[in-house]
Amino acid sequence: MPEFVTEHRLNILLALILLGGPLVAHYADEPFLVTLATRATILALAGVGLNIALGLGGLVSFGHAAFFGLGGYAVGILASHHQNYEPLMTSPFVINGTNQMLVLWLVAIIVSGLAALVIGALSLRTSGVYFIMITLAFAQMIYYFAISWPAYGGEDGLSIYVRNAFPGVNTLRPLDFFLLCYAVLIVVLIAQWKMTGARFGIALQAVRQNEGRVAALGLSPYKIRLAAFVISGMVTGLAGALYADLNRFVSPSMMSWHLSGEIMVFIILGGVARLFGPVVGACLFVLFEHAFGSVTEHWQFFLGAALLAVVLFARGGFIGLVAGRVRHD
Amino acid sequence: MTEPVLALSGLSKSFGALKVTDGVELDLRPGEIHALIGPNGAGKSSLIKLVAGELTADAGSIRFDGREISDLDQIERARLGLTRTFQVSSLIPEFSARGNVMFAAQARRRSIFGFFRQVSRDRELIDEAMAALDRVGLASRASVRVSELSHGEKRLLEIAMALAMRPRIFLMDEPMAGLGHEGSQKLIGFLDQLRSEAPILLIEHDMDAVFQLADRISVLVAGKIIARGNADEIRNDPEVRTAYLGEDAA
Amino acid sequence: MTVALFLEQILNGLQLGVMLFLMAAGLTLIFGVMGLINLAHGSLFMVGGFVCAAVAAWTGSFWIGLAASLAAAAALGALVEITVIRRLYDRDHLDQVLATFALVLMFSEGTRFVFGSFPLYLDPPAFLSGPVTLPGGLPYPAYRLAIIIAGLAVAAGLGLLISRTRLGMQIRAGEADREMIAALGVDIRFLYTVVFALGAALAGFAGALIGAIQSVQIGMGEPVLILAFVVIVIGGIGSIRGALVAALIVGLVDTLGRFLLPTLLAGVMEASAARGVGSAIASMLIYLLMAVVLVFKPKGLFPANA
Repeated sequence: MPEFVTEHRLNILLALILLGGPLVAHYADEPFLVTLATRATILALAGVGLNIALGLGGLVSFGHAAFFGLGGYAVGILASHHQNYEPLMTSPFVINGTNQMLVLWLVAIIVSGLAALVIGALSLRTSGVYFIMITLAFAQMIYYFAISWPAYGGEDGLSIYVRNAFPGVNTLRPLDFFLLCYAVLIVVLIAQWKMTGARFGIALQAVRQNEGRVAALGLSPYKIRLAAFVISGMVTGLAGALYADLNRFVSPSMMSWHLSGEIMVFIILGGVARLFGPVVGACLFVLFEHAFGSVTEHWQFFLGAALLAVVLFARGGFIGLVAGRVRHD
Repeated sequence: MTEPVLALSGLSKSFGALKVTDGVELDLRPGEIHALIGPNGAGKSSLIKLVAGELTADAGSIRFDGREISDLDQIERARLGLTRTFQVSSLIPEFSARGNVMFAAQARRRSIFGFFRQVSRDRELIDEAMAALDRVGLASRASVRVSELSHGEKRLLEIAMALAMRPRIFLMDEPMAGLGHEGSQKLIGFLDQLRSEAPILLIEHDMDAVFQLADRISVLVAGKIIARGNADEIRNDPEVRTAYLGEDAA
Repeated sequence: MTVALFLEQILNGLQLGVMLFLMAAGLTLIFGVMGLINLAHGSLFMVGGFVCAAVAAWTGSFWIGLAASLAAAAALGALVEITVIRRLYDRDHLDQVLATFALVLMFSEGTRFVFGSFPLYLDPPAFLSGPVTLPGGLPYPAYRLAIIIAGLAVAAGLGLLISRTRLGMQIRAGEADREMIAALGVDIRFLYTVVFALGAALAGFAGALIGAIQSVQIGMGEPVLILAFVVIVIGGIGSIRGALVAALIVGLVDTLGRFLLPTLLAGVMEASAARGVGSAIASMLIYLLMAVVLVFKPKGLFPANA
């Protein structure tokens, strides 16, 4: 299957470009470009999370910003308690804040995974347009909750004064933080690649293509979808955790429905169900934003026009244009 | 007389005013092929769906191995070993033929949560799938994508997937449909052997196939069983002739 | 006094409900007939608000502004349907969501380009600007009362349109069986454009009416759009009656929740905490209501095909 080889090679090339760009920027003394690449990397990870539900499972979730935001808030809240030395809770046992990324990431993954479990359990009772509207609505619920809950900044958000720590890495240096995010992205991509070809990935793709057949074989489509939705939410939550540290700030805007839409846009720009689709899409998005944003304040108009053109006329996205049709076994 | 594996009694189902299944009594004994025939719209496919659990009966009982299974859903019934094939091939279109059967073998193991080990290198599943494909004569087409298989090949793939489930009973909804004469003859020979592995409840329009294969035949008209017997009895039943064969002959 | 306050909140809830109905009715009609999910419906709401505010400021007449907003929203709806939406009917929901999301971005930035980033303000017509005294001596803004009446009138009109007219018959046929109406010789392309424009006009109408209560600003349609989705999920997709009932329920639950919860919680915790927690929970109330409906009636309270 030569086409498949092409996509595989293209992926490796893309991974190298995403690594090489910031390295060059670093040695050219352009820290802003390194930060831009970090932003693209983290947004790509959010898209990778959604792609598991959407690309592999066919679940059009319009609420993934909720998981992104919950991951971010998990980091913001624990870090703020670490900053002011007040425990998060004292009874029945004491939970202190922390500035250790490994712990923060784990908490972010657990929190967003639990939220995905609850939201998924309810919304997967339906399908199609219902599913889209319900995921959107639940994300909006969490968004409004974050706005009206006064304890952690409400609408104003929450600052993280010093970027959290990772053993052996100086996270304050832009390049080090980029490399950390990049490493996370690559690890997750490899895990997703493995998963796609393993029993879970096969079952998930089967459910997308023929739900009735899967049920007739004695497997529960609901359970498979729910597991995929939870994994998907966890990955996007992890991306939110990184995003909080990138900006050293979290706010309800991380959960806005625009962000849910943008995460979905990454996938379509890059190519639905392509392993590197969200990576390409997020990079294109950030480049687009940077290039047009410096020319006109109305850059989102042109983003909309470009997106419309891709949806109407170039459905395979970037990777579809370059590597041709996707193959499965 | 051996205990039936499957026994339906008083099974009824209506859609609004339309009774698609009306007090059906039917059983399936070990080692037999029990054919269900009837004119179009008689409710044959609905009956299969009721047994498989895709539809829920309004009244009546379904006993499998002596156990009442009316309250179980489709997934639970499939797990007990009621495996159905579809009238219109229902496959995973982007998978290869082998991929489909491997997935059936995976489903039989109820295995969902594997995240690392690649299915493409899973010898156990591959061997099982190839064995099933070989039995239906599709081994040489194993790596062809389903969307590129011919109609007849898809029909055979349906059977191969059912084989990989190693069922307790087969529920087959028109397996011969669109196979052509030669294909049908092959499949008849195959099903003839298969009944010793697990009994078959067979819906079939091809009367040659039914009369060659069936140990017993039940005739369904307007949701009701109007006659039951072996091939000769059914052929000579006056009620069946008027209700069904009469039309067919004309 | 508290009874009067409570009555006022009920009226506010009805007013929100009526607004949501105008949005949800268009959405559910468009989904029912064309099978399309339209995120840009909120943009049409916004356009209605802006056109009404701008034209009213220019001509000095709210009514001319209102008429202009209806015409503009319907015309824009028809234009969008002919240029973009029409290509989406045969696409999957993902494409529909993304394309209409693209339209949201374009409409928001386009509106910002034309009207600037500052909100516009719209005054209600003079004879509705004061309060009216309701039975029981409660003063209530006449304009809000007028919105409730106008919304219910539109609901009744829509009901008549669908049950009594030729267009309504075609819409019902389209919801039941899309191939069928083409076979009946109905110009299906024209019907789709009309239905989309009708939905757009309802959204524009709602946006214009609400513009005199809130400020008119970019993105004003988006929270309303999502609330309208909640309404549709609760009411059952494709059902106008379900949309009306669910819209009123959502309007009342949201308004009364925000009003009552902080007070109720003040009984069990201290006042400022009760306000915070109460308002946070109140903001989630309708979504929790949606969750409960999903558990017990996954197809909504009035499933369209039942």
